[in-house]
Amino acid sequence: MNNIKYILGSFGDPDEMMHGIDKLQENNIKIHDVYTPMPIHGIEAKLGVKRSRLDIAAFFFGITGTCTMLSFVYFAAAYDWPINIGGKPHFALPDFIPITFELTILFCAFGLVGSYYASTHLFPGRAPRVMDLRATNDRFIIAIDAKENAEHSKIDDLLKEAGALEVKYNERKYVSYE
Amino acid sequence: MSGHKESILREPLITGKDITYAKITNDILLPVENKPNRAWWIGFIISLCGATLWVVAVSYTFWFGIGAWGLNKTVGWAWDITGFVWWVGIGHAGTLISAVLLLFRQNWRNSINRSAEAMTIFAVICAATYVVSHMGRPWLAYWVLPLPNQFGSLWVNFNSPLVWDMFAISTYFSVSLLFWYTGLLPDIATIRDRATGVRRRIYSVLSFGWAGNVKTWQRFEAVSLILAGISTPLVLSVHTIVSMDFATSVIPGWHTTIFPPYFVAGAIFSGFAMVLTLLLVARKVLGLENYITMFHIESMNKIIILTGSIVGVAYITEFFIAWYSGSEYEQYAFINRSTGPYWWAYWMMMTCNVISPQLLWFKKIRTSIAATWILSIVVNIGMWFERFVIIVTSLHRDYLPSSWAMFYPSWVDVSVFVGSIGVFFTLFLLFLRVLPSIAIAEVKLLLKSASEQSKMEQIKEGHLDKEQVAEYVESLEKFDSVKQEEYAKI
Repeated sequence: MNNIKYILGSFGDPDEMMHGIDKLQENNIKIHDVYTPMPIHGIEAKLGVKRSRLDIAAFFFGITGTCTMLSFVYFAAAYDWPINIGGKPHFALPDFIPITFELTILFCAFGLVGSYYASTHLFPGRAPRVMDLRATNDRFIIAIDAKENAEHSKIDDLLKEAGALEVKYNERKYVSYE
Repeated sequence: MSGHKESILREPLITGKDITYAKITNDILLPVENKPNRAWWIGFIISLCGATLWVVAVSYTFWFGIGAWGLNKTVGWAWDITGFVWWVGIGHAGTLISAVLLLFRQNWRNSINRSAEAMTIFAVICAATYVVSHMGRPWLAYWVLPLPNQFGSLWVNFNSPLVWDMFAISTYFSVSLLFWYTGLLPDIATIRDRATGVRRRIYSVLSFGWAGNVKTWQRFEAVSLILAGISTPLVLSVHTIVSMDFATSVIPGWHTTIFPPYFVAGAIFSGFAMVLTLLLVARKVLGLENYITMFHIESMNKIIILTGSIVGVAYITEFFIAWYSGSEYEQYAFINRSTGPYWWAYWMMMTCNVISPQLLWFKKIRTSIAATWILSIVVNIGMWFERFVIIVTSLHRDYLPSSWAMFYPSWVDVSVFVGSIGVFFTLFLLFLRVLPSIAIAEVKLLLKSASEQSKMEQIKEGHLDKEQVAEYVESLEKFDSVKQEEYAKI
């Protein structure tokens, strides 16, 4: 029993899994993480995941795009090589709104998705850290650190009582490693 | 969320019995995890022939220059720009479905957004190839970018809508690609965890290491919502800027302020028609009738009537304003459109875009798969003619009657257009084989709230208004995968 690293409660239904989280937390058992095939609303509050600050980041990336394009167009069209186009002002602001808008969106989207990938450690070729291969298919997995929580039989009972279809004792943290 | 039950008055978004999370995965991944069937091969070979034709025609254009096309001194823009605007317009439905419908919480989008977004990307690729090939010297295509060059730093003309268009199309393409790919990550991870060997390695790299833990999912939803929020004005800006390529000129027939909203409505109109053309076939061939239901088809048809009618109003308004302006050149441009040598193109456009979509007011037609499919193709034809009419009829009779001319396409014009359709279908068919054509994770969200089986359970439990249940059961009659007898027993 000593080699067990993680206990996994495998649920077939998201509501039962939520019930399982409540049960474990009532008994002061710390949950390592939960793996689901789809987003489950309300789970982040239970597990204490902080509110995302990606929206704030997106706003600042967008503003950066706006400033970049406006200052660049000013430099190119009014300072570096001003051209007289039909006697119109060199810095014809209304004409530059469409491109400024496009750059705002471009910076915002790339900045946002880049920060998302960085903050959740997603990048091409990263080794998938999967505890149960069915977690991306039809199972909702609650993972509990077996070393920190010693009462394995109690955890087992709680999970089964909540409706877990299966309780696994993994000796390796991630099953996806070769 | 999962405990929440949807009203019985709403039609189900997933039909069929005994649907489980595992069955959703199996059904959607069927074409990805198995060898393709005969229908796929036939479609793929035909599309590949088209794509080959495209390569030949575009290479011919590159080699001999755009003199290979039917252009002349009077009509300097014709099939190339027609094709470009047509493809960009088709792309718009994908973003509309994935972004606008997400903001409006229309959860029927969940099962069609993936393939519609893929369609957007492929359509924009087709459009972009037109931009490059109509340049004459495509190897200098980078000159449209604001790069300091060897002639001193003479910059591009930022006052030109063509430069705006370059910014708009490239932003639109890259943001759509980001949105699409980020949404694909969880589904690629699903394929990865079911695959073995080399396939597993490939999908592992593509999945970016997705594991589906709480924080990743929570941030994923935040990212989707923000991307939807910024893509909505983006998609409107793209076709607005495309319309400005024409509207900021002083050519009668182009110089109108109605163009931006009229082009955007037309884009959504043609885009939804293309989504229907593709999905009606795909759902049958891939056996996805349980996920892309009659409700989806009917909803898309409703959007087609709405946008088709907006386009119709725009045609009439244009005509009225031409008369009301008192400008004889403007008036002539419109009289010439409808009664001049290109009258047939104008009336083709009017029939296909304004008159025939009105048939969709009838529920019988709206919920008939054959009628919908035919109408969707009619709309695509009509929207191609709309661009042709706007572009060619406005140019072919200009200010000097001595230079009036007609436009006759050469074989290269025709081949580039037919070939681009081949390229589009080749890419789409490859997509169906290697990536899930329906967003698996998003459809799973609907299982407990909006599926037919969950509603059936609700009915069995009782406590529901009898009239509402009767109405619901009656509405199911038109679903081709639902059997009415099941409900007679309850």
